[in-house]
Amino acid sequence: MDFKHDVVIVGSGLAGLRAALEVTDGVNVALISKVFPTRSHSGAAQGGIGAALGNEEKDSWEWHMYDTVKGGDYLTDQDAAEVLAKDAARAVYELEHMGVPFNRTQEGKIAQRAFGGHTKNFGEGPIKRACYAADRTGRVILDTLYGEAIARSIQVFSEFHLLDLILEKGQVAGVIAYELSTGEIHTFHSRAVLLATGGFGKVFKTSSNCFTNTGDGVYFAYRAGLPLEDMEFVQFHPTGIYRLGVLISEAARGEGGILLNGEHHRFMEEYAPSLKDLAPRDVVSRAVTTEMRQGRGIGGGDFVHLDLTHIGKEKLADKLSDISSFAKIYLGVDVTSEPIPVTPTCHYMMGGIPTSLDGRVLDIFGDPVPGLYAAGECACVSVHGANRLGTNSLLDLVVFGRRAGKMMRRDLQELEWSELSPSPGERVLKNIENIKNRNGGERPIAIRTSLQEIMMDDCSVYRNKKDMTDALTKIRQLEDRYETISIDYRASHFNTDLLEAIELESLLGLAETILVSAIARTESRGAHYREDYPERDDRNWLKHTLVTKTVEGPAVSYKPVSITRFEPKARTY
Amino acid sequence: MELRLRIFRFDPQTDVEPYYRNYTVQAGLNERVLDCLNRIKWEQDGTLGYRMSCAHGVCGSDAMRINGSCALACQKLVSDLEGQDILLEPLPSFKVLKDLIVDLEPFFSKVDQIRPYLIASSPPEMERLQSQEDRKKMGEAIRCILCACCVGACPVSNENNSFLGPAPLVQAFRRIFDSRDEKRAERLEQLNLPDGVWGCVNHFECTKACPKEIPVTKYINMMKKQIGR
Repeated sequence: MDFKHDVVIVGSGLAGLRAALEVTDGVNVALISKVFPTRSHSGAAQGGIGAALGNEEKDSWEWHMYDTVKGGDYLTDQDAAEVLAKDAARAVYELEHMGVPFNRTQEGKIAQRAFGGHTKNFGEGPIKRACYAADRTGRVILDTLYGEAIARSIQVFSEFHLLDLILEKGQVAGVIAYELSTGEIHTFHSRAVLLATGGFGKVFKTSSNCFTNTGDGVYFAYRAGLPLEDMEFVQFHPTGIYRLGVLISEAARGEGGILLNGEHHRFMEEYAPSLKDLAPRDVVSRAVTTEMRQGRGIGGGDFVHLDLTHIGKEKLADKLSDISSFAKIYLGVDVTSEPIPVTPTCHYMMGGIPTSLDGRVLDIFGDPVPGLYAAGECACVSVHGANRLGTNSLLDLVVFGRRAGKMMRRDLQELEWSELSPSPGERVLKNIENIKNRNGGERPIAIRTSLQEIMMDDCSVYRNKKDMTDALTKIRQLEDRYETISIDYRASHFNTDLLEAIELESLLGLAETILVSAIARTESRGAHYREDYPERDDRNWLKHTLVTKTVEGPAVSYKPVSITRFEPKARTY
Repeated sequence: MELRLRIFRFDPQTDVEPYYRNYTVQAGLNERVLDCLNRIKWEQDGTLGYRMSCAHGVCGSDAMRINGSCALACQKLVSDLEGQDILLEPLPSFKVLKDLIVDLEPFFSKVDQIRPYLIASSPPEMERLQSQEDRKKMGEAIRCILCACCVGACPVSNENNSFLGPAPLVQAFRRIFDSRDEKRAERLEQLNLPDGVWGCVNHFECTKACPKEIPVTKYINMMKKQIGR
């Protein structure tokens, strides 16, 4: 079918929903999503949303901005960090006005707690800045924004998968989408498209991400010839449940939890004497990995302990009940009396589609692509630099989702309809037919599993040139094998067999961009740690990576970082 | 260990009636039922249909009937069902679209009916104040993930399609007991119907099934009590 909407928003997590709320009145908007909106991965965010409200102790947006810049190891664009930190209080009050059930202080204000890398007075010590609703902050915000979308009768197309982005003569013309229930391929003709398709943590074996986080929007932008920014910066969260990767929120340490090694020692005292367990995630993940590599994991093994036993039953029930139940369900661990076995888990992509401060997608020359916008984890503003701080992700979604929505609304006054080529979906249709009709090829699963294992082994917390170069060769072999896959299910309705095969193309393509960007960056910064180049090198590398698709493969180039207030300094905690 | 699964299959486009198909997989005791399903789909039979996403009980996609009880496949471990063959069926009381995938449209439209958003006028510039006691009145209702396990488990919902059902009532509870909402009386009146709160006759099956341990029946009774006043 052919649909025609002024605006198409792809993705119904917080960024997509928040943007949608800006373009409801008088604009014909369609929200398409792989899953029913409340199933979106924003709902898995646990610990909180950062804002210098000062409800628990004195705070200021400048301190928040500084922490964001330092947390990003000075790769954060400071103009973006300023927008984020300055707008945070307004954004959180707005969520409260919409009905988010935040925990409260004694006086009835929004309660706040400590989180990794957030400090008072430019690095002096931990500060309570994370606004929270128990440990399901993302889920209740998602439910709240979805409720607002219902209240405003936004048209939602659930279980519609993005198959391609249509650009005509450098301008957006719409998207191609696949309807899960029927197998129909639809053209959405539009004047503006907002990509809010989330991250792609499923590139890695151990991941806190949901199965739907395959980076489709990011990959299709890349495939269409647009650059991707800072793809080498992949966040590993230090406390994923051992083997499963399910997230145990940093809030557990914000509420007093500590990490212990096999010698029952609080090892973070060595790695971050000031913030200890509340150092930023890249620092803690490296510390955990170092402990394990040097034989000080629990029983010499590949995990450490997160100890919450001293926090007390009441506080755990009031503030950390979901993670308590995850530990119980998946490990049989009662957190009031036993520690939780944890290990770093792939959690967040700092990189993505480059955008302006208002969500306009930028091409290789830094010029906006008419009609194309991106917000949320799929975008790179870049507000997180080389390492995102906890609680800044939810904030990014509502601050920059709103800004992108406002900018779209403004640009719609001038954006023209692009003419669609006669059959814009032809290429993806042919690809689907190829996969469906091919016989005797291998199933996608072995390729996906290999991809995830290779990336985990060779491109995670510790990296070096040799391992990553080998990994790149192997990924390219997997890409060749991908051309011969076949699937079992050939019918057209609810064909998740087919969709998973299509998603694999995105995962492989994105893995290649991560590797190429990471091999090129011969320094260590934030989440990108090179064993062969262990120091940060501002003279040569204080710049953003751009990676673009060419016939010879991904090509890297660079662009400057915005530095407005804080000169780069050594980063210690 | 070797595990046997018996899975409900039905493709309304090609099958005259549903049937069950048996599968055998290797699975560890600490693995999820969802892991078994994925292994079957990815390694043995790609035609199998089910929904899933977050795989840890947050998104609510993989609700189904597991050995007779409505639950999330990502929250049941093989060890929870030790020594048994595993029987997987779609959530009861919903139309089957394919295998374990059911039509949730009627469910979501009932949620929409209760107006699942805060209704309040002119907020202050900063946050509204809400006491800790008032915040606690929403209780566990904020844990609801709209998985529909409770509706699948509810004997009344199974008999009567018009009954609002447990999860939509939990959603109503969340707003009625939110001290910030200004439509409390109107919301209660909307539920004061035979197919509203009074459809519930205390089977407690929803409460037993809820994967987020929400005391659903208790909340429905609290709303009945409010209406009674």
